[in-house]
Amino acid sequence: MTSSSHPSRRQVMLALPVATAMVYSGSGFGQTGPIKFGGTLPLTGGNASIGKVAQATMQLWLEDVNKRGGLLGRKVELVIYDDQTNPTITPGLYTKLIDVDKVDMLVGTGTNLIAPAMPLIIERKKLMMGNLALGLNDQFKYDKYFQMMAYGPNGKDELARGFFEVAAKLTPRPQTVALVGADSEFANNALEGARNHAKRLGFRVVYDKSYPPNQVDFSSVVRAIAAVKPDLIFAGSYVADSSGLIRAAAEIKLKATMFGGAMVGLQVAALKQQLSGVINGLVNYELYLPEPSMQFPGMKEMIARYRAATAGQGLDALGFYVPPTTYAQMQVLEQAITTTKSLKDDVLAQHIHKTTFKTVAGDVKFGPDGEWAEPRILMTQFQKVNGKELGQFDQPGTQVILYPEKFKSGNIITPYPIGG
Amino acid sequence: MALLIHGLGRVPHFALNRLMEISTILDLLANALVAGIMLGGFYAAVSIGISISFGMLDIANISHPAMIMLGSFMAYLINSHWGLDPLLIMLLIAPLFGVLGMGIYRVYFQLFESREKDPRRGLAFFFGLLFVTDVLLILFFGADLRGVETSYVDKVLNFGVVGIPLRLLIPFFIGVLVVLCMHLFLTRTFFGLAVAAVSQEPLGLRLMGVDPVRVKQIAFGLSVATAALGGAALIIIQPVEPALGREYIGRVFAVCVLGGMGSMSGTLFAAILLGVAESLTSTFLGPSWSPAVAFGILLFTLALRPAGLMGRN
Repeated sequence: MTSSSHPSRRQVMLALPVATAMVYSGSGFGQTGPIKFGGTLPLTGGNASIGKVAQATMQLWLEDVNKRGGLLGRKVELVIYDDQTNPTITPGLYTKLIDVDKVDMLVGTGTNLIAPAMPLIIERKKLMMGNLALGLNDQFKYDKYFQMMAYGPNGKDELARGFFEVAAKLTPRPQTVALVGADSEFANNALEGARNHAKRLGFRVVYDKSYPPNQVDFSSVVRAIAAVKPDLIFAGSYVADSSGLIRAAAEIKLKATMFGGAMVGLQVAALKQQLSGVINGLVNYELYLPEPSMQFPGMKEMIARYRAATAGQGLDALGFYVPPTTYAQMQVLEQAITTTKSLKDDVLAQHIHKTTFKTVAGDVKFGPDGEWAEPRILMTQFQKVNGKELGQFDQPGTQVILYPEKFKSGNIITPYPIGG
Repeated sequence: MALLIHGLGRVPHFALNRLMEISTILDLLANALVAGIMLGGFYAAVSIGISISFGMLDIANISHPAMIMLGSFMAYLINSHWGLDPLLIMLLIAPLFGVLGMGIYRVYFQLFESREKDPRRGLAFFFGLLFVTDVLLILFFGADLRGVETSYVDKVLNFGVVGIPLRLLIPFFIGVLVVLCMHLFLTRTFFGLAVAAVSQEPLGLRLMGVDPVRVKQIAFGLSVATAALGGAALIIIQPVEPALGREYIGRVFAVCVLGGMGSMSGTLFAAILLGVAESLTSTFLGPSWSPAVAFGILLFTLALRPAGLMGRN
């Protein structure tokens, strides 16, 4: 009886897949499964209008990247869970994303809802690419956290900076300011920044109050502000409050040198259209406007595709607020993975820290804290809104950029309201 | 009043300033009182359904604010497609909401009430209904803000120094009318008396040949029908998005309890009291104090009158 040293056909067949896996392990190449990008979005609850738009935009990027052949030769998949605008459930969702779904890249959008999940993300040493979050890394100082909304290194100050810088250059110089905002995290941060700038630039604060998030009628608030006759009125408000404050201001014929600031909701089509001419003169923050000073390669096409993809879905019909930075956050990860040919969080984080990325939202460079190295929160003014026609918001000059100087596209018209 | 004072040419400067201050305060006071009353009428419109379901039927319908949102979105849908006024829309959809409410009660009865006497068990059912309604609204209407087009939403009636926006005045009248109609219906008709008796004496009702389940079903339908009216009132005041209803849960239950469980006139009185308290606090102390003042009034009242302002012990 002789024994053959040659493996049997059965042994060869069993060994082949194992050998194949061993040859290709250790790099992204050749792994057959898809690369998974996963995260949470507020698809229901109070921030659903942000989350649904972010999801639609991520889906656009997913189609694009897979059309280009995926990443590292592998298809790309999105695994998105609804955080219900409820921060308390995000740790559980990220545990599932990391341990069960085994996602390769973590992405997220929607204010600071992921904050409770950050200790877990840090413990697992995962890279987190967030968006629309303010000062989230101030406490954690995590080197693999990145955030796409252009707050820059001093997030809390940036929402108000443009408003006060513009006011400081007016002649005659305004003397007094009223501060009002919702009693919630975003608005409190905006108001904190406003207080700092008012102090820095020498404006006297004559009214400084917040209102509960479920405030229904704003006429009493606006009348109380009008009674102290401030030159400037800075508001930090959420969508429904922004509408309430502006309507109440119009009803009592409020007059001020400048009114606006950090009012959420005025960036999207629905409120711009509903309030229509009432918003002329309002000075408010934006992230992107189709002004001549903000023409970035690929932006126009991406927005056109977003509008086509989301038509009739009850989402923001303009796409200036959430889509640019959402698409850009995915582009940053895509470019980092393609350049480093790696999915390792450490390698990617190091690369992202030292690289300037070309995105639809312009050139993006991150600072040590994972925020944009240079802030780019725009302060703008509605000047030529006429009727409810959506197309006017695509026209330069309807809403001009006042600050920062680099993107300025028009001069402020005072007082508020224009022609009032 | 400020204009009148400007006309006083020979009054010393310091006295003029003092008079101006007083006149400003009086202007603010008058406007805050009127705005508070208007707001109270709206609170009554959105709370009356809870007063019926929770106050009279012992059903803690947590999903009522979601029904209000459904009413708002129906008003938006019909207004945007056919241009009908929300006031007309609410009259058209209220019967449909009544039927919907009767259906919801039937399910609730089969799953909970017929098996379990403790009404708290049904809370999970209504919480579930709240979330399901939220999600369905997002699926059908998207997450964007929705508003209605009317000829009066931007108009203001001015009476001297007092300005009353029509977007507040109309919901006020809706609230007052609904409360009045419900009060008359529930106190002057046999069916209304049966509703008042159903949670306290179902056996007595049976002995009189009345089916308590049927009475509760119709009364619950009535409570959900008022959500259509509250929803139309809400979307006249401000644009809405699907999750907005959750903001109202605390407020509608507070109005119901403060007014006295099941008292329609108490609901209106409590709603106006809370509205005026919120408005005055917003104007003179700062709006962040208004929930504390409103709930302080609730606690103080319950300490003195545990049955609420107009409830019977």
